[in-house]
Amino acid sequence: MQEEKQKKMPELNMGKKNKTKLENKALLLVGVGGQGTILASKVLSEGLVKQGYDVKMSEIHGMAQRGGSVTTQIKFGKKIYAPIVGAGEADVIVAFEKLEAARYLFQLKKMGTLIVNDHEIYPLPVLLGQQQYPDNVLSVLEKQVGKRIGQLKVLQANTIAVELGNVKAQNIVLLGTVIKALGLEDLDWAEVLKEFLPLKLHELNIKALEAGLRL
Amino acid sequence: MKKLLTGNEAIARGAYEAGCVVAAAYPGTPSTEILENIAGYQEIYAEWSPNEKVALEVASGAAIGGARALAAMKHVGLNVAADPLFTMAYEGVNGGLVIVTADDPGTHSSQNEQDNRYYAPHAKVALLEPSDSQECKDFVKAAFALSEEYDLPVIIRVTTRVCHSKSLVELGERAEIGVKPYSKNVQKYAMTPAHAKVRHVIVEEKLGDLQAAAEQSPFNRVEWGGRTKGIITSGISYQYAQEVFGEEASYLKLGLTYPLPEQLIREFAAAVEEVFIIEENDPYLENSIKALGVECKGKALLPVCGELNPGIIRQAFFPEMIKAENGESIEKAEKPEGNSQAELSIPGRPPVLCAGCPHRGLFYALSKLKDVVVSGDIGCYTLGLTPPLGVTDTVICMGASISAGIGLEKAFQQGGVPRKVFSCIGDSTFFHSGITGLVDAVYNKSKICVVIMDNRITAMTGHQVNPGTGRTLQGEETTALDLEQLVRAVGIKTENIRIVDPYHLAETEKAVREAEAAQEPFVIITRRPCALLKDVQRARAGISCMIAPEKCKKCKACLKIGCPAIAVKEGQVLIDQTACNGCGLCQQVCKFGAIAKVGE
Repeated sequence: MQEEKQKKMPELNMGKKNKTKLENKALLLVGVGGQGTILASKVLSEGLVKQGYDVKMSEIHGMAQRGGSVTTQIKFGKKIYAPIVGAGEADVIVAFEKLEAARYLFQLKKMGTLIVNDHEIYPLPVLLGQQQYPDNVLSVLEKQVGKRIGQLKVLQANTIAVELGNVKAQNIVLLGTVIKALGLEDLDWAEVLKEFLPLKLHELNIKALEAGLRL
Repeated sequence: MKKLLTGNEAIARGAYEAGCVVAAAYPGTPSTEILENIAGYQEIYAEWSPNEKVALEVASGAAIGGARALAAMKHVGLNVAADPLFTMAYEGVNGGLVIVTADDPGTHSSQNEQDNRYYAPHAKVALLEPSDSQECKDFVKAAFALSEEYDLPVIIRVTTRVCHSKSLVELGERAEIGVKPYSKNVQKYAMTPAHAKVRHVIVEEKLGDLQAAAEQSPFNRVEWGGRTKGIITSGISYQYAQEVFGEEASYLKLGLTYPLPEQLIREFAAAVEEVFIIEENDPYLENSIKALGVECKGKALLPVCGELNPGIIRQAFFPEMIKAENGESIEKAEKPEGNSQAELSIPGRPPVLCAGCPHRGLFYALSKLKDVVVSGDIGCYTLGLTPPLGVTDTVICMGASISAGIGLEKAFQQGGVPRKVFSCIGDSTFFHSGITGLVDAVYNKSKICVVIMDNRITAMTGHQVNPGTGRTLQGEETTALDLEQLVRAVGIKTENIRIVDPYHLAETEKAVREAEAAQEPFVIITRRPCALLKDVQRARAGISCMIAPEKCKKCKACLKIGCPAIAVKEGQVLIDQTACNGCGLCQQVCKFGAIAKVGE
């Protein structure tokens, strides 16, 4: 319904430098408390504002932070109403942790893009040995390609971040990947990123961003 | 200039631009960032009060004194602050008084899902409901003016999705209103029964005036679209309704939701074929509108429980469309365990006490006691109820660990089966509303043991300072409350007080055993700063525990402390060095000496 309303909207630069009709886009970042999903979302939202979009971003704080599942939702386009992304509505999902990719797959639009960080963080029931961390997450997701998932991109953001000097920069590697997936490379993202980080972290994170953009 | 702000940041900005000079709050999700952001404006005096009642009273006094003042709290905080709220409606203001209540539909981080809109008619104050960040800012500014114009406190009611969603806000300049002169007026500001009788009549008159003005209020607007459906809505529900119905429907978007614009509602209803009320949680608007004799549908279609979203509305109004357009993918919305997940069993990811959390040592020690009842409280340590520690029996509200603990113990005693009750409360929660419970325990000779889990900070809401920290919200050094002295002052005997480091298990276990045997009220203070505090993290960086595989008998005793840094991978018990802060609790529970601390 939202998309119908956009028919008369002006064109903005979207998607690999092709002028395409603007549609509202929805994005979901999912991970585990402490992985830096919120920082990545903030940088992304700020960049989208700079590109002239109406942007809404929604996050959940509080108890959910303590090692729980964390989601941030971003919507952008000409005019956005609801700040939250519903089931089957996300154009792109970026999962900072493998299990969370599977958990939130129901929110992916049919044939949407799923970016998965091939990284495992054991939830408490697994730590306690009550449940198994499934070993078939990626294969199950792969089977959905062409049915449920349009594009599946699996990467080792943690390994890349460690090679760059600090595992914590994995969120910015993933940020780079999602910028590319959305075709938003035109903006100087390094400049946006700098606004959110202290000087001493600039070099590392810009490298992480560039690494993500190359993947 | 437009900026992307959360609703909370926008509320803070609105207070700044409105010339607010005093703001007070107690932290609580989803309201916390309001005061954190206000504190950044040097023109405003901002404080973390010990609780919401104190916060609202500070703001009330400031408003009587002529200042524009704001108090912010989460929904349940307004229960604590309800006492001053109701009487401040009678007293009215001098400088504007704005109360922000942040409700939590969906209980993302709360113990209930109460709908605080009802407080407005109940307390007889005005109610505004912004639906995005721009409105948060605009409504706060307007609320101060409205408060002064009608001589009434104004409630701004927001919800989690408004508080924690970012959207664009046009920034403005601050209006330097200053502080109005104060003149003594006991008939207005000293609410004795004689004065209250008079003031009650005045409040009703003021509400009548405000109700008439509501008809023309810029906060309430009609957006004409298709006339078959007329939607009356407010707050975040407006955004959801717009997303679902677009231009197919007409909207009466209410910003001022108490008093309601009765004539406007009737006119709108008469101009559309059918009226629907789209609102989250309780039928607040629906009941009021039905009481006007206007036919409408709301909760017959939409749920009372849980958070609303466009999907739920779509399902209620266009079930056929959902099947046709989205097929199976939306079915999964109802049942997240859809197709792909059938082949895959996804373990849940419940919140857990952090690696190195000082609360763990206490809960582990309590888990060793037989037949004790643990009365819990609100904070990170609410997680003491989750496995494997699983010691907590009850959680009600802030401070109830102690007072409900007293009641539990009395019940067991009256029933002839006495049991030891431990009341576990954090330092900030103790300052909030635990002290009076402890006074009761002493005065009324309870035998409970109160454990004050002193981690020097309000941790769960993101490290806000509290009276025990020794620093104010705006960064000034101040007198830190002395817990031991306070506990002694209310009458706990020195021999019934233990101060322990919860990282030292033997010491902690000894204290809980002594408390268990005590026949008088007993206090244990577990003292150790939150593991996530920046200086704690810095000091402990590099310290961690390691398991020597050759010594490990795989007895898994260390897993019983529920530390997220310890896991079994391919048959080996391993400690994640990056997550571990070397608290050493696992080392102390290992009977085989297989765990060593490194990096000290």
